[in-house]
Amino acid sequence: MTAAAILEVKNLKKHFQVRRGLLQRAIAEIKAVDGVSFSLAAGETLCLVGESGCGKSTVGRLILRLLDATSGDIVFQGENITALSREAMRGKRQALQIVFQDPYASLNPRLTAGTIVAEPVENFAGLGRREREERVRELLARVGLGADALHKYPFEFSGGQRQRLGIARALALSPSVIVADEPVSALDVSVQAQVLNLMMDLQAELGLAYLFISHDLGVVEHMADRVAVMYLGRIVEIAEKEQLFASPRHPYTRALISAAPLPDPSASRERLVLEGDVPSPMTPPSGCHFHTRCPFAVARCRSEYPALRSGGLQHQFACHLDL
Amino acid sequence: MTAPLLEVEDLKTHFFNEDGVTRAVDGLSFSVAAQETVGIVGESGCGKTVTALSILHLLPPRLGRIVGGRILFEGTDLTRLGERQLRQVRGNRIGMIFQEPMTSLNPVLSIGHQIAEAVRIHKGASAAAARARAQEMLELVRIPDAGRRLDDYPHQFSGGMRQRVMIAMALACDPKMLIADEPTTALDVTIQAQVLKLMLELKAKTGAAIVLITHDLGVVAETCQRVVVMYAGRKVEEAPVKQLFARPAHPYTRGLLASIARGKAGARAKRLREIPGMVPSLREPIHGCAFAPRCAFALEACRLEQPGLAPVAGEPEHQAACLRLPAVLAS
Repeated sequence: MTAAAILEVKNLKKHFQVRRGLLQRAIAEIKAVDGVSFSLAAGETLCLVGESGCGKSTVGRLILRLLDATSGDIVFQGENITALSREAMRGKRQALQIVFQDPYASLNPRLTAGTIVAEPVENFAGLGRREREERVRELLARVGLGADALHKYPFEFSGGQRQRLGIARALALSPSVIVADEPVSALDVSVQAQVLNLMMDLQAELGLAYLFISHDLGVVEHMADRVAVMYLGRIVEIAEKEQLFASPRHPYTRALISAAPLPDPSASRERLVLEGDVPSPMTPPSGCHFHTRCPFAVARCRSEYPALRSGGLQHQFACHLDL
Repeated sequence: MTAPLLEVEDLKTHFFNEDGVTRAVDGLSFSVAAQETVGIVGESGCGKTVTALSILHLLPPRLGRIVGGRILFEGTDLTRLGERQLRQVRGNRIGMIFQEPMTSLNPVLSIGHQIAEAVRIHKGASAAAARARAQEMLELVRIPDAGRRLDDYPHQFSGGMRQRVMIAMALACDPKMLIADEPTTALDVTIQAQVLKLMLELKAKTGAAIVLITHDLGVVAETCQRVVVMYAGRKVEEAPVKQLFARPAHPYTRGLLASIARGKAGARAKRLREIPGMVPSLREPIHGCAFAPRCAFALEACRLEQPGLAPVAGEPEHQAACLRLPAVLAS
């Protein structure tokens, strides 16, 4: 895996200081991302799944260097980009792009679709005006927006079309990796299907690798090659998709899978309904962060954090127990 | 057969603003029997929330208006009641839960006060009795340490707990019916499972009917007995839940079910079935079937004439509004 990895994240940490009062003294620390490692191969889709506050979006932002990591390494195309200067990082962003959840909040409302997609091309590609226009038209067409989209403003598009526009912008510089942060969560299901299909087509055609961040297990199961499950800043299980859904080893993964409602009223299944809420990342439980909600927890879980261990080929999980 | 608890007949709710009329709900009929759980599903803008707001008379004043139809609840037409009479129904005979509990709870009043208030107003209970009832309700929805938490404020609760507080409040006056509008949409999936389980347990205990409004077909499949599918302000299909999922009859319902991403173990991800195009604008009058422009089965006739509901052969409680029903079912 490592040999072909286009992106590698090693022991990545992001700790936010919580400041209060006149002197803005740090009163606490939120370990939003607390030692996350994974690799992404060219052309692969790795899904990062977990509930609100688990740190999955922070991981995406760290990789793009929209946030600076507290420690750890991000290696992209063989180069450590964790500490690159802003200027050097700008160069890297051509190949490393992001698509956000809410296309309305991430598209400038005062620019036309044509300008939004043209901007990265102008900034980086160094094409003449004619070629640039050609490229913009081609990109819009590629994501299924007609030529009439060129002069429209973001508010004139539907949610699904706006997300297509966000994808066109991300594609403008022919990236090799796209971080997609909940790209379809704000969309209706019939439109979700359109955008997911588009993303899969683009991947097949352009050999893109996706780091696909989502809370929706149905979408994850559809899109992923491999899946990493996060809970309170850490990866608790990572495996190939089939393996993860067929034989999850971590009790949290099991609970997530069994909690997702199935659109099939005749399906009968034993459900593992977790008690309690996700604890605050400001005061994570001792030992295994999951022990407060885990129906199987034993004394050791309360004191000792389980390291990731092998559960088979390319399958790792962080649990003391063999369930 | 006894009269249903709720009967909505040809409901039309339109919104009026300077640039025209939006026909948010345009001729909707459905009924809910006592103790039944009915789901109303559809995508954004289909009119499902406006339906709930119409039943409760909570439409934005001046903008939204019921322009036609009747809403019979326990035999009384709610559309004809004045505000004072309605208040005796709302929160008392009909409880309600909304998507975002933080916007429905008053941030400057304690939880106990807010639950007790409803009990005092509707049931004329004394302050002490109302507070006791509030504590009892919090215990019922399994808020740990309920007695102490009565004096806490909404911001001191997590999202899942707030939604449980909303449920406690909605059920405090023993309503006959609960309207829940996307009650779990803002919640994480493990919390959603808790809240849905709780709602169903309480329903069994109190015997309240539930109208569950949601965009999530998974939630519908797991909680409802009967389902109404809405598209562009109209009902396009209605069926008992098993029949709807086993033999969806309307092309829109079929499209919706097919477009849900559900990975199949072992198989390399295939393309999802998409519904081409977009939901029509409700600003313009819709002639014919609202779904026709996106429908693979549509004929010229579909664009001219609005299809009435027709029974699906062999399933007497199953209806769909589609001129091409035989062809769709045979496909």
